[in-house]
Amino acid sequence: MPRPDTAIVHLSGVSKIYGATKALSEVDFSCFGGEIHAILGENGAGKSTLMKLVSGVIQPTIGAVHIDGSPAKLVSPADAMSRGLICMFQELSLVPDLTVRENLMLGAPGTGLGRLNTKVVARAQDVLSRIDGASIRMNTRVADLTLAESQQVEIAKALSRNPRLLILDEATSALNASVVEKVFHLIRAERDRGVGVLFISHRFHEIEALADRISIFRNGAHVETFDNGAYDYGAIISKMVGQRIDDLFPPKPEADPNAEDVIAINGFGWGERLKDVSITLRKGQITGLGGLDGQGQGDVLHGLFGLLKGTNGTCVMGGKTLSLTHPKTAKSPKLGIALVPEDRKTEGLILDQSIARNLELAALGVDGIDAGDPAIYQQFLDALELKCDSLDQTISELSGGNQQKVALTKWLALGPRCMLLADPTRGIDVKTKTQIYALLRRLADSGIAILLLSTDYEELIHLCDETHIFYNGRIVQHLSGADITAENIIAASLNMHVGSKQAEAAHHA
Amino acid sequence: MRDLLRSNQREAFAVLVLAVLVTFYLATHPAGPTTYVTTILANQALILALAAIAQFFAVIVRGIDLSVGAVMALTNCVASYLVIGSGLDMAFGIIVALLVGAGCGLLNGLLVVYGRIQPIVVTLATASLFVGFALLLRPTPGGQIDYDLADAMTLDLFGIPTALVITAAIIGLIWVPLRRTGLGLGLYAVGSSEQAAFQSGMPVVKIRLASFTLGGLFAGIAGLYFSFVTTTGDAGIGPNFTLNSIAAVVLGGVALRGGVGTLTGAIAGAFILKTIGALMFFSGLPPLAQPFVEGLILATAIAIGGADVLRVRNRLEVFGR
Repeated sequence: MPRPDTAIVHLSGVSKIYGATKALSEVDFSCFGGEIHAILGENGAGKSTLMKLVSGVIQPTIGAVHIDGSPAKLVSPADAMSRGLICMFQELSLVPDLTVRENLMLGAPGTGLGRLNTKVVARAQDVLSRIDGASIRMNTRVADLTLAESQQVEIAKALSRNPRLLILDEATSALNASVVEKVFHLIRAERDRGVGVLFISHRFHEIEALADRISIFRNGAHVETFDNGAYDYGAIISKMVGQRIDDLFPPKPEADPNAEDVIAINGFGWGERLKDVSITLRKGQITGLGGLDGQGQGDVLHGLFGLLKGTNGTCVMGGKTLSLTHPKTAKSPKLGIALVPEDRKTEGLILDQSIARNLELAALGVDGIDAGDPAIYQQFLDALELKCDSLDQTISELSGGNQQKVALTKWLALGPRCMLLADPTRGIDVKTKTQIYALLRRLADSGIAILLLSTDYEELIHLCDETHIFYNGRIVQHLSGADITAENIIAASLNMHVGSKQAEAAHHA
Repeated sequence: MRDLLRSNQREAFAVLVLAVLVTFYLATHPAGPTTYVTTILANQALILALAAIAQFFAVIVRGIDLSVGAVMALTNCVASYLVIGSGLDMAFGIIVALLVGAGCGLLNGLLVVYGRIQPIVVTLATASLFVGFALLLRPTPGGQIDYDLADAMTLDLFGIPTALVITAAIIGLIWVPLRRTGLGLGLYAVGSSEQAAFQSGMPVVKIRLASFTLGGLFAGIAGLYFSFVTTTGDAGIGPNFTLNSIAAVVLGGVALRGGVGTLTGAIAGAFILKTIGALMFFSGLPPLAQPFVEGLILATAIAIGGADVLRVRNRLEVFGR
């Protein structure tokens, strides 16, 4: 089908700025009716921001949006929907306490606050029956559905609203291959009717099978748009990989193959979220956990710190099997595990309290440590060059980087044997990053075992002696030494098996 | 049917408990199950039920309304001036009282939505405001409501207490139809997941405002019905009703986190609370021990409602609730 002259949605010079971070910068982008347009990019490349702009959830800071050639402001999702821009969101847009039927009717075209439009239910049921969802009962609460069933309902909800542009953000991540194929069949049928489709997926083979055109995003910028098939895997991945900055990181010493084990987990699992994970943390080494957001890496850290109930598998420390059931056990001097959590603002620190109070929190209740003694924190604060007026200053007045220094220091004062770090440099300025990297290297040199979860592959490459890449709750790739490259990490994160032979060997070892 | 029971199990439980309590009450009452006995109980219960409905509209959108009792006091005082005289006068008085109630609710809603202040803070403040107005109107209890109208509303129709007829009318003529509109659905959506409601294209702001206004309206109706029962105006009735309205919605299976529960459940909760009170009155329990027993029943009901926290598998999720 020839491409129409005017795009359904055209963005010109669009930027979206949150505080100091640019989620999108000066993006020019069009999507047309009658074609499936896939968006590729790593975490934080700006894909989800783009989707939210097009579906009216957020508005651009700078730049213009054109719909069917004329300038428009999408003020809300309702506004976008009334123009036929229907989005199926990654964070499901279903209301958990309502039934499937009610969710299908919620916000359906022509409903408003008055009489409900029941016709959409029949249409959605028809869609469901074509994607193996006929067994989903209309009167079931959405909270009682499995993730896969909710995604099927989401798809039916979106398709029952007569889209002109259908936006699918990780729409099929929980569905199995045969259902995905049926969904694709429907999406192709929509395309052939002239509907435009914007498609985000981390499954590369899905994009290859479905897309007519592909756009690549990197660091909030639109890199290139091309027809599917114009480039091979390698070329596409190298377009997704950004510039490298090498002097950010301290030099990486050769890993000692005979380093002694600190903690080894074996066949670790947690319900549906995590399956058969085996990781060994060695003295003086930094072990990385990589992969896309939310593939189970975070659960490993939570599990090791005793936050999860009902885990299986074993965890061995110094020849003894541990039962990790509570953070208090984990942090006791006997085990010496520390967790610097992902969200420092809610899980790591108490924002309204002073630096001194926050520093004391981890050490409180640990035998043999005087939490109130400022001297035990000072050497780490000096090493990290914490900038503050005094230790009585409130945490919320500090910059993100300085907050993270406090969150790190409170655990360092305990003298841990094993540190679990969840994306410690997310949203932090470059200078603080280098300080944290240097500190991690020094801590490792002093004999601490470090488990570093990172969504920034540069950190995995330049800091880690060994890296485990997660996909869908499992480790899909072990990388070590020279195999830790951007290409290998991204390929494994997308679950594309193009890793080198050594990596394959390590996988089977 | 299984799904229907499953999603309404808390209401079903409340209605069951209510049936047992009422049966027990009527069976043990010294005067027996006469129309008179049921009418007295139904009148008392309906006042609280209306207050609980007002509370329900705040709680369902993940709010709370501490001004329910205050709005009741204000409309009660307004009614004690206006609901008397010719039929036209009384009709005017009733409309004014209801408008005052709805207006108070709308004010709460505007402050919550546009002032971006938590409902608990807003309604704590406006409660004082409303009681202040009520005290200006009636520094001491007094005034009068038309006796014929009051009798008509608080006695019985062919042996069925009028209060029960009103209750049935509210459920059948207001709640059931409302539940089938976008607004009815939107109330639950906003309370359960505001984000999902917004992304589904629902007008979240309008729904919030409508919810608080409906709450105010029902608090006004509660104040008006209180006027029919007592036939005087009293600015001091508020605090008791506010707290009991919260207790009633919790007993009726409405989740304080929003998005779960029904108006029928809230009504059942109010009836349960009043029946327990009436039972204790005749039970020979020392009057001073009654608050203790009431509190015990309430605490148990809340504990049962919160038991699902025990099933949480990541300890951090407990804090998100």
